[in-house]
Amino acid sequence: MPDPLLSLCGLDAFYGDFQALYGVDLQVAQGEVLAIIGANGAGKTTLMRSISSLTRNRAEMVRYRGEDIGALRADEVAARGIALVPEGRQLFPSLSVEENLIIGGQIGRKGPWSLPAIYTLFPILQERRHQQSTSLSGGQQQMVAIGRALMANPDLILFDEISLGLAPIIIKDIYAALPGIIGEGMSALIVEQDITKALAVSSRFYCLQEGRVSLEGASATVAREEISRAYFGVA
Amino acid sequence: MNLSDFHVTRTSPAARIAALLGALILIVLIAAPWWAGRADMRLMGELFLYLALASLWNLMAGYAGLVSVGQQAYVGFGGYMLFALTIFGGLHPLGAIALAGALGALIAVPVALLIFRLRGAYFAIGTWVIAEVFRLSFAQVSALGGGSGSSLPVGIVKSLAASRSGREHLSYWLALGSAVLVIAAVYLFLRSRNGLALTAIRDNELAAGSLGIDIWRTKFIVYVVTAALTAMIGALIFLQKLRISPDAAFSVNDWTAFVIFIVVIGGIGTIEGPIIGTLIFFLLRETLADLGTIYLIVLGTVAIVIMLKAPTGLWGLIRSRFDIELFPLRFRVKPSPQSTKG
Amino acid sequence: MEWVNVVVQGTLLGGLYALFAAGLSLIFGVMRLVNIAHGDLIVLGAYLGLSVTTVLGLHPLLALILVVPVMAGFGYVLQRGILNQTLGKDILPPLLVTFGLSVIIQNTLLETYSADPQKMNAGALETASVSAAGLSVGLLPLLTFGTAIAVIATLQWIFYRTALGRAFRATSDNPEIAQLMGLNRRHIFGLAMALALGVTAIAGIMLGIRTSFDPSIGGGRLIFGFEAVIIGGLGNLWGTLAGGVILGVAQTIGAKIDPGWQLLAGHLAFLVILALRPNGLFPRIDG
Repeated sequence: MPDPLLSLCGLDAFYGDFQALYGVDLQVAQGEVLAIIGANGAGKTTLMRSISSLTRNRAEMVRYRGEDIGALRADEVAARGIALVPEGRQLFPSLSVEENLIIGGQIGRKGPWSLPAIYTLFPILQERRHQQSTSLSGGQQQMVAIGRALMANPDLILFDEISLGLAPIIIKDIYAALPGIIGEGMSALIVEQDITKALAVSSRFYCLQEGRVSLEGASATVAREEISRAYFGVA
Repeated sequence: MNLSDFHVTRTSPAARIAALLGALILIVLIAAPWWAGRADMRLMGELFLYLALASLWNLMAGYAGLVSVGQQAYVGFGGYMLFALTIFGGLHPLGAIALAGALGALIAVPVALLIFRLRGAYFAIGTWVIAEVFRLSFAQVSALGGGSGSSLPVGIVKSLAASRSGREHLSYWLALGSAVLVIAAVYLFLRSRNGLALTAIRDNELAAGSLGIDIWRTKFIVYVVTAALTAMIGALIFLQKLRISPDAAFSVNDWTAFVIFIVVIGGIGTIEGPIIGTLIFFLLRETLADLGTIYLIVLGTVAIVIMLKAPTGLWGLIRSRFDIELFPLRFRVKPSPQSTKG
Repeated sequence: MEWVNVVVQGTLLGGLYALFAAGLSLIFGVMRLVNIAHGDLIVLGAYLGLSVTTVLGLHPLLALILVVPVMAGFGYVLQRGILNQTLGKDILPPLLVTFGLSVIIQNTLLETYSADPQKMNAGALETASVSAAGLSVGLLPLLTFGTAIAVIATLQWIFYRTALGRAFRATSDNPEIAQLMGLNRRHIFGLAMALALGVTAIAGIMLGIRTSFDPSIGGGRLIFGFEAVIIGGLGNLWGTLAGGVILGVAQTIGAKIDPGWQLLAGHLAFLVILALRPNGLFPRIDG
């Protein structure tokens, strides 16, 4: 196997005195789509925060393109091509829709994504581009959040619970758009509580339980009972 | 081991020793007129008044989260009330001091209603505006000397005690008494239900609110009580100075900057902090006072460095190293005596 | 006519107060920092202007070319070296550190320039006036007011039309997520302080041309700036100008009644507005 794009080696993460992750090992290959599944509080969001350095780690715990990036600042990690679509979208309320997208691209990495490309993907955003981002519906806000991350032309994109709080029909639309987004050689990590959705778009998956990897494997072939066991920890 | 092997207690051997030592020191200090010189007593008197001001400021900023840079409003107000009540009201100075406290509380009520509308740091500057309003207003009162101020008439000074040394002893004891009173009041307040509420607010305002603690009311009480006590200290300060002017009475440097430095250096949010801070402040002042403005620059720098590198101050450093508390506020879990053998 | 004149003078004075307030408003807007040393930094700007004019023989307005970048550079270093370490949930560290800074600046100025009042000489500009409709208005106050408008318009443009302003707003909205856009929060805050102190330098020089100054007057300037910000409504730069004007007019009306009432009238106007409209007259409405 060639060197993975990203590898986590024994990643521990803490919130104050509370330990959220215990020695997580994980690899993402170039162009690979991984699903991270697990119950509430299993440490999925912490994992996303650790990779993007919103939570600092020891340098060697996060390795990206042969470089130890665990101890870098979040903006330095972003400049290296890792983008996060954060849980709850977290748009900038005082920026318009278009400004939210532009600021995502301010990092200045070359690639296929630009304002016109985002507007082609999500035409509604072009119509609404001068509106305050908070005046949009939840689904449209999620499109802005995804567009904002894409504007950075990342090599690795992290999606944290992108279906949370959205109507099923909107979730369907967004997931329908995902292959087109990830298609261009980009790698992706998708955190999702909806296991079926997550497995459908990914090639491999990791299941977290109480901060530890309880199961990993190929998304297409895993048995549901096996996941249930890893997910809930019932014997 | 089971639960009954432990008991919850506030006291510790260190606190009991401290209480004993404190009582001894207090007796020695009360006896100062029989062993200390005139200049030493003056200095100690000033020290006690600063200790009282610092403890009060610490109660507001360190416990109630009310950071005021305008406490000089009440120091000056108390001072002016002493002059007004004795000169025009014919009151005995001691009565005037008590009444100055009551009036300080009275005026603090509308002030609090107004400036409590400002949040956090803006509250701080708001308190400064209030102090300026007080200063400018008293400068308009020509009966009290307007902008240039006035002196306390000899007759009133003499009514305190006939001899000079008698007056000096009395004002020393008043200063010592006020420091003891303020520290005791702060300590007892923090042990009370309201005090516990205050600690809860400091630790987490949102959670305290959801526990049904009326945050606004608790802060309001602290503000008004602090104002009353600060006004009394102010009256005492100007009873020693015998002269008052708007610039001296409402000086932000003298009554707020120094007090803040004392608390920050000693350790904000602890009862012991202001005590240590006051001692260090006077030590520095007595050794560096010749340096004039350089001394203030040094003081400001020390305060910044402490705030950045050791935000809990000197007492915080001591406490984290030795885990002691001279004024027991925290509850500790201790093994019960009968179960020390395992 | 006399009263019209009072109001006109007060309005122009308000321009100076708006200049005091603009830097304060800017750094609060970007990083929620209230800088107690702001007034002393204004006075520092005035003294730097004084040094430049006396050493180089420049006109005070030309001294701006030097003083503005020096103050801006100082702001960046100050923010990155000290103030960034104080930012967080707790309001005590920034307050107490800037308070310490205020004492340090004030006493350093005292040590360097003594307590004697100083003034910058702006030559003919100080006495020149224009007359219109029976009113005689000093050119200097007019220039100060124009400067205030220009400064606020420029800040407004930076905030809403440039990449830097976008970065300011994004960082202010959500500092954590802004980092994911590749924005280094510490650098952005440094730039905000640099911009604020650049404006502060302008305020200091306008102050130093208009009136005499000494190291102790910083606190008063902080209070005027603060009152203008609160009257106008937090986070609204044009509101801050309006706040400055209201404060200025209140002061000149007070002074007209009794010279001793000038400052008191300004403070009372502030307290009345605080009592009636605690969010200021023109609070920013967030979407």
